[in-house]
Amino acid sequence: MSDVTFKVFRYDPETDDRSRFEEFTVRVSNGMTVLDGLYHIQEHLDGSLAFRSSCRAGVCGSCAMHINGTYRLACETQISALNSNTVRVRPMAHLPVLKDLFVDMEPFWEKYKQIKPYLIPGKDPGEMERFQTQDDRAHLDVIIDCILCAACYASCTVNNYDEEYLGPAALLKAQRFFSDSRDSARDQRMELVDGEHGVWRCHTIFNCQQVCPKDIDITGSIAIMKRHLMARRLSPSFKKEL
Amino acid sequence: MRTHQVVVVGGGLAGLRAALELNKRNVKVAVVSKVHPLRSHSVEAQGGINASLGNHPRGSHDTPELHAFDTVKGSDYLADQQAAMRLTEDAVMRIREMEHWGVPFSRTADGKIAQRPFGGAGFPRTCFASDKTGHVLLHTLFEQCVKYEEASERGEMVVYDEQIVTGLVVHDGVCRGVVVWDFQTGEIDVIKSEAVVFATGGAGRIFGKTTNALISTGLGMAIPYWAGVPIKDFEFVQFHPTTLFGTNILMTEGARGEGGFLLNNEGERFLANYDDSRKAMEVAPRDIVARNMTREIIEGRGFEDEYLHLDLRHLGREKILERLPGIRDLAMKFVGVDPIEAPVPVQPGMHYTMGGIDTDENGASPIPGFYAAGECACVSVHGANRLGGNSMLETIVYGAIAGEAAAEYVLGGGSGGGPGDAVFEDTRSREEARLKGKFNGAGDENPADIKDELESTMNEKCWVFRDEEKLRAGIEKVEELKNRYTQITLNSQGLRLNFDLLWALELGGNLSMAEVMIKGAQRRKESRGSQFRMDYPARDDENWLEHTLAYHTEEGPRFESSGVDLSIWEPKERKY
Repeated sequence: MSDVTFKVFRYDPETDDRSRFEEFTVRVSNGMTVLDGLYHIQEHLDGSLAFRSSCRAGVCGSCAMHINGTYRLACETQISALNSNTVRVRPMAHLPVLKDLFVDMEPFWEKYKQIKPYLIPGKDPGEMERFQTQDDRAHLDVIIDCILCAACYASCTVNNYDEEYLGPAALLKAQRFFSDSRDSARDQRMELVDGEHGVWRCHTIFNCQQVCPKDIDITGSIAIMKRHLMARRLSPSFKKEL
Repeated sequence: MRTHQVVVVGGGLAGLRAALELNKRNVKVAVVSKVHPLRSHSVEAQGGINASLGNHPRGSHDTPELHAFDTVKGSDYLADQQAAMRLTEDAVMRIREMEHWGVPFSRTADGKIAQRPFGGAGFPRTCFASDKTGHVLLHTLFEQCVKYEEASERGEMVVYDEQIVTGLVVHDGVCRGVVVWDFQTGEIDVIKSEAVVFATGGAGRIFGKTTNALISTGLGMAIPYWAGVPIKDFEFVQFHPTTLFGTNILMTEGARGEGGFLLNNEGERFLANYDDSRKAMEVAPRDIVARNMTREIIEGRGFEDEYLHLDLRHLGREKILERLPGIRDLAMKFVGVDPIEAPVPVQPGMHYTMGGIDTDENGASPIPGFYAAGECACVSVHGANRLGGNSMLETIVYGAIAGEAAAEYVLGGGSGGGPGDAVFEDTRSREEARLKGKFNGAGDENPADIKDELESTMNEKCWVFRDEEKLRAGIEKVEELKNRYTQITLNSQGLRLNFDLLWALELGGNLSMAEVMIKGAQRRKESRGSQFRMDYPARDDENWLEHTLAYHTEEGPRFESSGVDLSIWEPKERKY
């Protein structure tokens, strides 16, 4: 048992002129996570603290935030693993703060919707399941693990200056359907991510990949789509169209 | 005031499936969810979903009848048999529909949906996507909602997230809408509707040791309970055998289905030492495994008197990475153990409420216009013990059924013209005043203290092994906590983004549902399925083969009972 200092970002745009960091002393027990610490503060020290959480098991994507220098899920971050007497917590960047650590996720969801995040099947499969080989299914491994926590979105430097950039999570979702052997809208999907606010805006900085709590190769997925777009442009049939 | 033909409350699997069914039938539907739908507890489901597809060579003879029989036997004969048949008959169609919508199921060598063994079935019947089945099902249903939110060929569908339903509008005995607290703006609004479908999930958080998300408080059951809808069979609580020691995060039954062992501190597969698990061993039904694990721990063969070992090492690295990557990740992050190299510390933990809002086979409650589906509802298809892989199945089968029933009710004219707008405005303003004044200055109780004490009370007094003495002590404590709940003062005011108020409000749901559960457990003087009474260790069909119904009164629940549908199979001793 030892004490740590939580330095928590506080800001209520309806009442505060500016943001501040507020300090709270929290006694740390074995196995305690940053989310546990925030709950201790909310329940016992300051009931007005606002933050999201749900599953507390790293799978629902509610509690991504900036913790001691990087984006992480508060629920799966052990305080002891931070190796610090201070836990500094900020909300996600590139999303408006509604209160404290609680940000407006709407811009993130809007971009997710823009890439048509649903299977667009070909012919009617009838009553039976469609077949998919294990090899085809393996193309979806790992990319389907995305929990849409937006850590990648907050970490992406491109999102900082291009508000319309689709961002890593939406582009990864586009790649998820592009890679699905059951999807029949590959051309349409490529068009949705082409253009100056799509894959070409990615500068291959790898921040998204580094912060992803599911270790997904997001940058690699974006690169795959860039390659497909290039190949499409260079293909004879496409040249004819031009 | 907003108007939608039907309001679905809850954005998990059952809620989204109900909404899609209503939308398909051109009914204007709104989904109201207190969290973004993708944050719902359904996302945590791991191991799989049952259907008699017969895709596995050992299960090629499978049929809906066999699946229904296993479900009824697993329920210790408390499931309603026609309802269980409907569950298993629709299962095949609903699973294939989910595949058509894009669920990335794991596949067999010949490209069909893969199936793995789960408890209570003699062969593989559980369809899965590695150990993240709930995650992919929920994401897929949400994707379909996104698709049809914007599609013009169907009726209107709207999703309101981070809006909390705090009450029902019931007028002349008919449900006419809901009161909604918009958490981001602090506004209290009413949604006027012709029908309401509740799909609000379980109540795991009345216990401390639970696999459930923090949001599974039971408030969604308590709201209709307070409005006069009975709660059925709530004493039946599923304790999942394998939850991580310390946090009680789920380690899927699939880990044992794939061949994992449970070991005591002597390194022995102790399930062989008990009559009821000797044959099926690790894939015996959950109630049996959880009891025998608890016995081992009580008798000193656990570790630190708290947990046992789930050993996956013999499965090998490749199989663990292919079939169980999610739980490996969780074990590494939360207990620092890599299952490829070391056994995982596990203990039984509260997992599922078999009981819930009383509904019939169409998801309809006794109040016209009010429907329920999924874990918050009790049809009952799970009876006294649910089989692994049947809960997600219930969400998509009965989500669709409740959606269909609500659509038919509305399209058939419902219960006729409702009350005038004044009734809605009156309900709205009363609710606003109630929320603003509810926790103001009566005493100095902190809701977090009450919640902590409730959790430890339920952990100790209403756990795997129950008896009169423990249950009575628990009831006394829950009543004390209910009284103290009226003495809460919050230090955070206002309605906008006020988590202090939200958690205090949720706690009211926790307390009511805990009371219904523990009093129901004390009332039922027999052992059946998940309910084990040390003082009544046998099943008693003569006196207790009946559903428990709890009705809300100011003094606490009033209990009645109702019959069980036994029209297909005669109850027998449950042996595995």
